[in-house]
Parts: sequence; structure tokens; C-alpha cells
Amino acid sequence: MFTKLHAQSKLQLLFGFITGIIFGFLLQKGGVGRYNVIINQLLLKDFTVLKIILSAVVTGMIGIYFLKGRKLVELHPKSGSLGMTVVGGLIFGIGFAVLGYCPGTISTAIGQGNLDALSGGLIGIILGAGLFAQLYPKIQKFLKIGWFGAITWPELFQVNPWVVIVPLSLIIIAIFFRLEAAGL
Amino acid sequence: MEFLTMKLWSPYLVGIGIGILSWFTFLLSNKPIGCSTAFARTSGMMERWFIGNKVDEKLYFKEFPAKIDWEWMLVLGIFIGSFLSAKFSGEFKVQWIPSVWLATFGSNITPRVLTAFLGGIILGLGARWAGGCTSGHGISGTLQLTVSSWIAAVCFFISGIATAYFIYYRIGG
Repeated sequence: MFTKLHAQSKLQLLFGFITGIIFGFLLQKGGVGRYNVIINQLLLKDFTVLKIILSAVVTGMIGIYFLKGRKLVELHPKSGSLGMTVVGGLIFGIGFAVLGYCPGTISTAIGQGNLDALSGGLIGIILGAGLFAQLYPKIQKFLKIGWFGAITWPELFQVNPWVVIVPLSLIIIAIFFRLEAAGL
Repeated sequence: MEFLTMKLWSPYLVGIGIGILSWFTFLLSNKPIGCSTAFARTSGMMERWFIGNKVDEKLYFKEFPAKIDWEWMLVLGIFIGSFLSAKFSGEFKVQWIPSVWLATFGSNITPRVLTAFLGGIILGLGARWAGGCTSGHGISGTLQLTVSSWIAAVCFFISGIATAYFIYYRIGG
């Protein structure tokens, strides 16, 4: 691992910034900064969002687990629970459809000139995130309901990660062929 | 450099690009790509204007300090990357109402902005409640094969699809 590089905090801020520029460029070119594309995904008319996410997942997991095997990276799985992940995820989905952008794609939308994203959505997300920070001390118990922690599928099943990665990649590629065959 | 001026790239290429980008963020920064904590930190930075450094004593901001970090810079970068991409392809356009909204709910700006504001509040709340958003859970978490992220991503889409159907086929139908 490049631990010395990771410790250089100013340089890391620059790396974050450069990553963001590339990420924003990719999201804009993918069309997912558009309200229309997000809503049509949720209305199951346009599968651009799913195609982008799943091809990032296949590419990302193969590379990350390869690098992990060489001890060049470590994983950062997020912990979760029913009270946190399921409830939060369902709330998020409602906001996703009402707003028509998500935290990453709203920044993309603003960059390409969408003023509904800038005037309404951006302020809303900051307020909503702030609202959670206020609630946080009061809902500690609720967030721990059904705790399953920071665990990955290979750890849960106690198998070699490639036993998950290879079939999962094949399933995702099969989904792509089905989507293309259906003209979606 | 013709590919830089194209309006759209294949979603598969964009996804592969994001996947490769994530190799580098793990390798060079020891970080997965994520966006939503930047908004929580921003709310804390704004709260600092009112209550000063007391904000640092709040439980949430002890865990996620209200300051600029790697992920905050990443979100700042997204604005610029998107702007550059849109400018190169001539797609940059100042626009209040997306066409799908307009076709169902009309050209009045106020309802769209209020809906976006309300949606933003729910989204920001839900993202921090779940501990991540479409990037942190949906892409970075799922590609690490994290159990919580796969559950979160499925929940995002279940309630997202149900809500979109309700908005467009009940209210707008």
C-alpha cells in the first residue's frame, strides 16, 4: 500500500478534486446528470443508470479484488443494519424519485446548467443531510436494530472472493445482453 | 480528441471508466468514491456560521467533522468535470424545467423548484440515514461486495420506482 502517499493530506485533497473532475466528466457524458434519464430509469423506460452502475461494479470489483490480492489496497465496507440500511435506503429512494437527481448526479446537473437542481435540489440535500445530523443522537438505538455490521458477501459465505466475483460478473453481463435484446 | 466533444458515450464505457477510476482512488487515496457526506459536512460548515465551534461537539460532526475533506473536493470536482464535458459538446444549457417534467406538469417553474427542494431534503436525509448514496453504496459499496451496500442499492430502487410510478401515473396520470 502507498501509505506515505495516503498520509499527504494536501496532496490528497488535490487527488479528490481530480477524481471529481473525471467522475463529473464521465457522469455528464453518460447522460445521468439529466432528470429525464433518472426518472425514465425509475419508470423502467431507460436503463442507462443501471448499465452504468453495473458495468462500474464488474470493472471495479475485478480490479479492486485483484489489487487486494496483491496487498495494494484495503477494502472499506460500510456497516449496516435493518434500521439504518433498509429504512435509510427506502427514504433515499423516495427522494431520488421526487428530486430526479442523486447527490453525485445533482452536481453533474448543476455543472451542465440545470437550475432546478441548483435552486431547489442542492439546498434541499444540504438541509436534509443537516436534519439527519440533528436527529443522529436521538435515533442511535433505532439505527442499531438488526445490526449486521461491515461485512462482505465472501466473508458472510466464508468463500474465496472470486467464487462470488466470477458468477456475479457473468450474471451482470447476461443482464446486459437481455437489456440490449429487449431494445432497452 | 473527437470523443471529448461527443454528446454521449456508451453507458457501458462510462461505467467501465468509473470502475477504473475507483481502482485509482483505492490505490492512490485509500478511499472509495462517495458523495453524500460532503453535503452533511457542508450543513455543518453552515451551522458553524450560527453556533460557532459548538458544531464540533455534536455527535454527528465528531464522526464526520464539518470541514473540507477528500470527498468534499471530489463533489466540487464533479461540478467542474460536468461543466467541461457539457461545454466541449455544446450541451451546456441553462434550463429550469426538464422536458419529462414539463410534458406532465407544465412549464411553471415554482412547482418544479419546490418539488426539487422537498425531494432534496428527503434524499439528503435518506442518504445519511443509510450511510451512503448511489455512489457510496450503489457503486463503491457494491463493487466491494459489501452486504449493506447491496441491500441499500436494492432499497433505493424499490422505493424510487414505486415513488416515480406514483408521481407520474397517479398524480400526473
